[in-house]
Amino acid sequence: MEQTHPMVEVTNLKKYFKTKRGMLHAVDGVSFTIRKGETLGLVGESGCGKSTLGRVMIRLLDATGGEVKFWDEDILTYSPRKMKDMRRKVQIVFQDPYSSLNPRLSVSELIAEPLLVNRVYPSAAERNRKIGELMDTVGLARRLMNAYPHELDGGRRQRIGIARSLALSPEFIVLDEPVSALDVCIQAQILNLLNSLQKQFGYTYVFISHNLSVVKHVSDRIAVMYLGKIVELSDYKSLFVEPLHPYTQALLSAIPLPKFGKKRDRIILEGDVPSPIEPPEGCRFQGRCPYRQDVCKEKTPELRELEPGRFVACHFARALVPAPRK
Amino acid sequence: MEDKKLLLDIQDLSIHYVVESGTVHAVEHLNLSLAPGENLGFVGETGAGKTTTALGIMGLVPNPPGKVVSGKILFEGEDLLKKPEEQMRSIRGGKIAMIFQDPMTSLNPVITVDKQIAEMVLLHNDVTEQQALERAEEMLELVGIKRERARDYPHQFSGGMKQRVVIAIALACNPTLLIADEPTTALDVTIQAQVLELMHELRRKINTSLIMITHDLGIVAEMCDKVAIMYAGKVVEYAPTEALFTHPGHPYTEGLFNSIPDLDSDEEELKVIQGLMPDPTNLPSGCTFHPRCPYAVEACSKDVPPMVEIEPGHFVACPVRGKPYLHLGK
Amino acid sequence: MNEQTEKNIGQSQHGLREIFKRLSRAPLAMIGLAIVVVLVFTAVFADYIAPFGYADQDLMAAFEEPSKAHLFGTDEFGRDIFSRIIYGSRISLQVGFIAVGIAVFAGGFLGAIAGYYGGKADNLIMRAMDVLLSIPSILLAIAIAASLGPGLFNLMIAVGISSTPNYARIVRGSVLSIRNQEFVEAAKAVGSSDLRIILKHIIPNCLAPIIVQATLGVAIAILTAAGLSFIGLGIQPPIPEWGAMLSGGREYIRDYAYMTVFPGLAIMITILALNFLGDGLRDALDPKLKR
Repeated sequence: MEQTHPMVEVTNLKKYFKTKRGMLHAVDGVSFTIRKGETLGLVGESGCGKSTLGRVMIRLLDATGGEVKFWDEDILTYSPRKMKDMRRKVQIVFQDPYSSLNPRLSVSELIAEPLLVNRVYPSAAERNRKIGELMDTVGLARRLMNAYPHELDGGRRQRIGIARSLALSPEFIVLDEPVSALDVCIQAQILNLLNSLQKQFGYTYVFISHNLSVVKHVSDRIAVMYLGKIVELSDYKSLFVEPLHPYTQALLSAIPLPKFGKKRDRIILEGDVPSPIEPPEGCRFQGRCPYRQDVCKEKTPELRELEPGRFVACHFARALVPAPRK
Repeated sequence: MEDKKLLLDIQDLSIHYVVESGTVHAVEHLNLSLAPGENLGFVGETGAGKTTTALGIMGLVPNPPGKVVSGKILFEGEDLLKKPEEQMRSIRGGKIAMIFQDPMTSLNPVITVDKQIAEMVLLHNDVTEQQALERAEEMLELVGIKRERARDYPHQFSGGMKQRVVIAIALACNPTLLIADEPTTALDVTIQAQVLELMHELRRKINTSLIMITHDLGIVAEMCDKVAIMYAGKVVEYAPTEALFTHPGHPYTEGLFNSIPDLDSDEEELKVIQGLMPDPTNLPSGCTFHPRCPYAVEACSKDVPPMVEIEPGHFVACPVRGKPYLHLGK
Repeated sequence: MNEQTEKNIGQSQHGLREIFKRLSRAPLAMIGLAIVVVLVFTAVFADYIAPFGYADQDLMAAFEEPSKAHLFGTDEFGRDIFSRIIYGSRISLQVGFIAVGIAVFAGGFLGAIAGYYGGKADNLIMRAMDVLLSIPSILLAIAIAASLGPGLFNLMIAVGISSTPNYARIVRGSVLSIRNQEFVEAAKAVGSSDLRIILKHIIPNCLAPIIVQATLGVAIAILTAAGLSFIGLGIQPPIPEWGAMLSGGREYIRDYAYMTVFPGLAIMITILALNFLGDGLRDALDPKLKR
């Protein structure tokens, strides 16, 4: 471990939305760090807040509270001007390759956008040269420069999105479900691309996904989210070998394995994900947790470091006792 | 397989869509069969033709622009393609039921769930409305929904529960065959687990054969006895599940397995299949997979490969890799 | 997706050519387009096409029936009706396009602000539009024209203002639906300013409904102008506005019906053509109707 100081430090980040039925706690006090060059996987099911977290981290959405420090500076306090400069270093790739590209712009215009907005190259010739380079980097044939998104398949569109995010030579990229909308074979191509880009340019990634196998493949560390909170955070190996939080255990056991004969003891969670609006006190997961005790309803468990690098938010981690059946 | 009476026997089915830019060969000379009580996994990526095949079985291919160009679909010995619409209507829901991917749009938002199930019952059975509603409540219990919720509207249920209602509707008339088109794709992983668990349970209780259309090989491994892999309108491999997972024959199947990140191992790079699915209005000559196949030889671009039985019950359409008992040499 | 358009990529008939191709599938729309083209041609080259000036009086030849010399006959001042119809096309088209132009820009601007920023701005603007909309548009146009005074220019303003709320609504609706698309977020993520996002990303994607409404709007503007001139507001004689010609011919309708028939036909054909064209454009521009 060369550097001890993390590149990104998120502390108690909160994002609440006002709705008619009350405050929606989309992200509810999330803290973690990311080192330069690593990939943090953010995993969870719908409504857990992972996409919101990704957006709040780079100030596409304004936070309700907390800090997001990049290189020791809290970007949530930046002025709009400073933030615009910051945007060159932090970028995002979106999930839907269909709605994340303006249908009226050609491939080269789409990739040129960040260059134009930030006035990176004064001359069109230089700009076009850079666009060509970017297309090569992401594996888009140069002859597609004047093509429009609707003529291309999901995989190619996603490559455009990636090229666009690389245009300003960022250091940090949020990848919001970048392969979820793609077929398996194309998905593999894009995952390989992201991997090789990271090796070549040293990007730091936050990889958001609901697909655990994909997340395991790309991440160094993984944070599991449930209802706006991180319930477990550890390196990718340990998470899968010994999941500590009951939700992580259930999540892992739920994945149908593409292997014959490997039937697992599946933990079936009862009920549905509760609403993130005005959540009650206590552990968010206790309603569906097979190990719940009385204290779980009263006290909210903090995310604590059980051993170096392994964090869990559960009162009984490593001492789970099944709750008596009603 | 020749002795047992087949429940479903699709022979040489071709379905084309005529669109402005050409003719889409959605399904090309498809052969598939299903024995009674079997669960078949129907696997392929977007555009392979799986849904079109399912619609073909149900007689629901939109016409225009689609049209069944050739082939037979024998269900319990009778060719569905030759049946008049009236008879098909009684078969749909009665003997063959289908559930679709998106539970949000499969249910009518302004009718209570019990009435929606009852509607299915009334269409195919000569019973009173009261009896149908009673049956509806039974079905709800069967799929794990409390009877008290029978008079709730779809929007009052979550995604997973909606899909259970959809399953209840589909099974209400005890169909012989259930076609499920990506039933859990839109659901969260833990909810998907619930629904798959339900389907396991139902399988024990009800003797309905299942065709499970999916792109998820994990679901196939869990739920299905046999698997058919579809590519560009054709079945390229057909095998019992164990055989497919332990020694797949077709290069495309191999490629599919390589593309999925393995939860148990730690590979750096995924072995990808280069290129894209072919243009369905302009399919490659010979074997449709040959432009992307790492094992292709010259003959592959000329001859359409036949399905060869490389071991009992395991068929592969590849003369290069699908050699009988090739796997025994490994 | 697949390699479907490998051969066609880059030659995408985006924009005008593609639209025209789809439009050409509707015969009525093509007829409408042809008529509009003829009208524009007539308006531009009126000086060369019209045999007489629109104000040339020849009292000796008053009330003449349609003949070889005067294709549509003459009016009470001996003015050639055919020539007046020709020049009238210039007036009508001017009013139509300029009035709609005013409405599209004013309404579009207001609608974009309302849709993009929401909140108080949205409330303020749309309630103002609601007030305008609650007044029957012809009455509104009359009120504005009456207060501004006679004249072609004031007529255009009156019609323009009374049509503004429609465009504000349409643009606001489009902006609302596009504002949440991810490509707008993407533009924000690279540092685009709000103005750039509205002008470069949102408005171009709203054009379809605006174009359709504008085409039909020209028809409405022409009709409104004709109506206003009919009741004496707006155009002052001897300017040959079709509505004014209708009005002028009213008292002679029993004996000299041709004085009203031809202007009436001109109005009707123009409106019809614009309606056909507008309907055709709506279908051609609707991406969902693409098979």
